[in-house]
Amino acid sequence: MTRIINRTPNRYGRILLGILPFAILLLFYLSASDARLAENPNDKLLPAFSSFAEAIERMAFEPSKRTGEYLMWQDTGASLARLAMGVGISGLIGLIIGIGNGMVPYMRSPLSPLVTALSLIPPMAILPILFIVFGLGELSKVVLIVIGISPIIIRDLQLRTDALPNEQLLKAQTLGGNSWQIIVRVVLPQIMPRLIEAVRLTLGSAWLFLIAAEAIAATEGLGYRIFLVRRYLSMDVILPYVLWITALAFAMDWSLKRLSLLAFPWYHKEQGSRDD
Amino acid sequence: MTDQKPIIELNNVWKEYGDNVVLERLNLSVKAGEFVSIVGASGCGKTTFLNLMLGTEQASRGEILLDGAPLSAEPGVERGIVFQRYSVFPHMTALQNCMLGDEFSRSLSGLLLGRLVGKAKSDARDRAMAMLEKVGLANAANRYPSELSGGMQQRLAIAQALLKQPRILLLDEPFGALDPGIRKDMHGLIGELWQEQQLTVFMITHDLSEGFQLGSRLWVFDKLRHDPQAPERFGAQVTFDIPLHHDHASAEQMNELVTLPGTPHMAALNSAS
Repeated sequence: MTRIINRTPNRYGRILLGILPFAILLLFYLSASDARLAENPNDKLLPAFSSFAEAIERMAFEPSKRTGEYLMWQDTGASLARLAMGVGISGLIGLIIGIGNGMVPYMRSPLSPLVTALSLIPPMAILPILFIVFGLGELSKVVLIVIGISPIIIRDLQLRTDALPNEQLLKAQTLGGNSWQIIVRVVLPQIMPRLIEAVRLTLGSAWLFLIAAEAIAATEGLGYRIFLVRRYLSMDVILPYVLWITALAFAMDWSLKRLSLLAFPWYHKEQGSRDD
Repeated sequence: MTDQKPIIELNNVWKEYGDNVVLERLNLSVKAGEFVSIVGASGCGKTTFLNLMLGTEQASRGEILLDGAPLSAEPGVERGIVFQRYSVFPHMTALQNCMLGDEFSRSLSGLLLGRLVGKAKSDARDRAMAMLEKVGLANAANRYPSELSGGMQQRLAIAQALLKQPRILLLDEPFGALDPGIRKDMHGLIGELWQEQQLTVFMITHDLSEGFQLGSRLWVFDKLRHDPQAPERFGAQVTFDIPLHHDHASAEQMNELVTLPGTPHMAALNSAS
């Protein structure tokens, strides 16, 4: 009998074991739902799968009776546009200030304490200020995401820039590079894959801020819809929406990882075959 | 050779951090084409000396002259450097690593993006390929450093530094992380390049036999004066400045040095090869 720490499942075993928890959850849901529906056919808490199918059909594939729009796609488009803007702007800010702080002491001295202080403000606490200043439109939602995640990206990239071996920077100087050339050719390309990692890690927070802002003031969006139908206890809409958001988040994470593998092969070779 | 002006002159150079004297009274001059091996126990200021030469630290007193003019206070193209590790850029192929020195140009595209275009680019590529061939890396031109062995990475670092045709080449324990067999190949390579390109080299090494084999001159850094109450009171100097002749048996010279009185650290430093 070998020790349990030395025993590994084979390929099929791994797949099977990976599916198992999902299957158990599903089974658990189905039996609980069946039990409740048997008692009360109008129960809304744990709808049957047929109700989900109906709800998805209604939200995604039939025009809304009131506005004539396909609500789920409209919501998805609105949310993704906000998310992309917020994350894109945060990434750009993070890249510029992170590398600047890491490389230029005269930029770091004034900016680093400020970034640290800003990163400690709970973004949700200033959401009312954003609504007052930027109005209830798109801008305040994008700004919330930017305020929420850009300090994290800045600080991460600043640390990554600091962590570049000093030998490399000295070597670049003896090769005749000026500050800008060294940043553009030596530092920036090495920080890019780290930017993608930072964005992958902060995507979860970005979704959180997006849905919170949409829940409070919006007229469309995935978060808006979930909080709207909550009033009617529409679990048949909420649960598919949650699954849809999860799928979107997963797809983004996966695409960013693929992008990084394609664009920065040297980085992943250096890191070894670490598969996260 | 004898009436040639020195390329490097140190005039009464001291380096101190507060009360801690690291280097004292360095008066040395080196002529073009000399290969100076620098040995000494750890903590005796070898690295500080290299940093002074590189320009990352400044002398507390005295001056260092390069071709008769004070050495500039930050690293520049007149100095080439190869460190023990991290001397090459991991995000560039071997070829790109070698082209970078030319790409840091004063042309418009060079200033804006650190890149060259058109003819200048293909010229840089040709120069880089020629140098890669010289150090035996022509087949690895399109590989990234992480795909190269330690020895190959050091070859690349040397090639990259030599392409800028530096006045002096600084080597900071360049072969310290390599296997003995590969180290021998590298000794051959650096010896050849030194002769062929008329380089002036300063090499720090932990390996005494390496210092004797490679250089044309050997400096031993050590403290001449000791104050047991305050060990930081006195700094290290060059206690031995030995011209090496490779036609003679340098092993004999080394054995003499190891057994000399007054060099307590040296015996512990390394055994004869």
